[in-house]
Amino acid sequence: MMSSQNYERQNPAFYALMAALVFMSVGPVALMFINSFKLDVDIISGTSGLLFLPTIQNYETALCDVLPYEMDHLDFCSLKFGGAFINSLIIALISTALTLIIGCMAAYALVRFRFMGRDPISLTTLMVRMVPPAVLLVPVFGLWNNEFCIDRDSLVGAFIRDTFGGRGDVCLAGTHSGIILIYVAMNLPFVIWILQSFIVQVPRSLEEAARVDGAGPFGVFFRIVLPLIKPGLAAAAIFTFRIAWNEYLLASALSDRDTKTVPILIVNNMSEFNVEWGVIMATGMLLAIPPIIFTLFASRQIITGMTAGAVKG
Amino acid sequence: MCASETRDVPGVDAMNAANRLTPYLFLAPAAVIMLIALLYPLGYMMYGSFLDWNPSQTIDEAEFVGFKNYIKLWNDPNFHESFWVTLKFAFVCVSVEMVIGVGLALLLDRNIRGMTFLRTMFILPMMIAPVVVGLMWRYMYHPTVGTFNQTLESLGLPTVDWLGQHALLSVIIADIWQWTPFIFILSLAALQSLPRSALEAARIDGATAWQQIWHIKIPLMMPVLIVTCLLRLIDAFKVLEVILVLTEGGPGLSTEILALRISRTATEFRELGEAAAMSNYLLILLLVLTGAMFAFTRWQEARANKLRAAAEGDE
Repeated sequence: MMSSQNYERQNPAFYALMAALVFMSVGPVALMFINSFKLDVDIISGTSGLLFLPTIQNYETALCDVLPYEMDHLDFCSLKFGGAFINSLIIALISTALTLIIGCMAAYALVRFRFMGRDPISLTTLMVRMVPPAVLLVPVFGLWNNEFCIDRDSLVGAFIRDTFGGRGDVCLAGTHSGIILIYVAMNLPFVIWILQSFIVQVPRSLEEAARVDGAGPFGVFFRIVLPLIKPGLAAAAIFTFRIAWNEYLLASALSDRDTKTVPILIVNNMSEFNVEWGVIMATGMLLAIPPIIFTLFASRQIITGMTAGAVKG
Repeated sequence: MCASETRDVPGVDAMNAANRLTPYLFLAPAAVIMLIALLYPLGYMMYGSFLDWNPSQTIDEAEFVGFKNYIKLWNDPNFHESFWVTLKFAFVCVSVEMVIGVGLALLLDRNIRGMTFLRTMFILPMMIAPVVVGLMWRYMYHPTVGTFNQTLESLGLPTVDWLGQHALLSVIIADIWQWTPFIFILSLAALQSLPRSALEAARIDGATAWQQIWHIKIPLMMPVLIVTCLLRLIDAFKVLEVILVLTEGGPGLSTEILALRISRTATEFRELGEAAAMSNYLLILLLVLTGAMFAFTRWQEARANKLRAAAEGDE
């Protein structure tokens, strides 16, 4: 390798420090990974280390509602993990896609155009970024359950009720779209902010050349700008997905039995008196799989995205 | 270019109008969504904070009580406790993370093999769900089967009541584990984008490593460090899930940060008005902090400019 020759010789202490740091950041995750393959007896007896018989029983218990076969160790499938996993996937993927499309258009407008109201909009976007989800809990709970409902007596309401079932008013709360809406709104300021720093770097001359060739503003945006900010889009997508995938509080306020996401399931199981460590760790591991995959395969994009806002902007 | 000619071409006015509309077209979807699902709810919450309101009522049925919720909270010792716990949590976390993160970055800012790997592994804690982070640490803090106490026991040391007596400390440690890498990665990026010439000049002038760090690296990194610190501080006020899973705010109120108290007031005590007033207090706190931070940045920039102007005047 060419590049390996560029490294200077360093004091071994630095390598020891780095190894310790890697161990500290990965250790807890590895511990959860190992424990998810242990039976509760093994976890509690505290025979720490690697001397145990690995079993996938915890994962079977967690996924009992989607696995096609019956399990010997389980009489009744109480944990509806599979369904929650699908809900999480639907909500995270759709909200990420929407946030990205809407967000990059807005970021483009804010960077490339001078227009009335640009500064107030820019400032508002920056300000709402700091609003904690907990602050949105009360209004979202109230609005999604009451105001953002279609009255059962109205034409559309009656139509939706007849088509999809249900008794009362048709509300956003308890639906996938209700959770998706708040996630998109919550992530937009962040995505707009991060993409701005990428769009600024697109050379103006390229856009002007395209415009001279007769492309309209939307043509310029989709054919010139978007392909050039792909790394930024990737980073923004990962961050948005991460929040939508991991969020607990608002999802727990808005979801009902059928739209529960995985974090809700985990918290509910943790607050029980007798924690089944093995199964919980297996569900935690399953929830952590997408983030781990992103980390391993897109770490460069994540780091660029993280530094784009703070270091360059 | 050819303004006089284009004026004669029909349809140009319409095209100009369309051009003027373009930014609004690009902005429209984002604006609509943020208005409906972010700004309107915030206004709704501000109005709701003046109401005696429980979840079974719609907002129109709730009684208007003026500043009663705010006054009640102002005099509520439990709220004070939560407020202080929140501040303590945020400031201890952020300052420890800043010191360790920047320190590690300064230490490891060298041409060393394995840096990419370290950075990759360092992202992991940030990416994993807070709920899962809480779950891992709750296991490790467990009084009997937990990793820490078992290690202490096997070393013959007394065990520690992590989530009981030292709950706040334990919660802070978990947060430091999760977020120090964020500061490390940002400050490392800042360090590596510093102008090489300034560092080179200092080295030639015989500045020691400490002098280089204090008089050149840190001042040059300052803008990035301030932004990083601000981002981290804002995030520290958003933390909820890790604490919820680890301690549920207990024992007593020792780890009940404001975000957690808001959610409990709304869902357990069913006092939406009070929860809304609490949310407003939290927002005000955040606004003050961000404002102070911005003012500080401005002041520092102004001072730097003045110094530079003075230096140029001397020449």
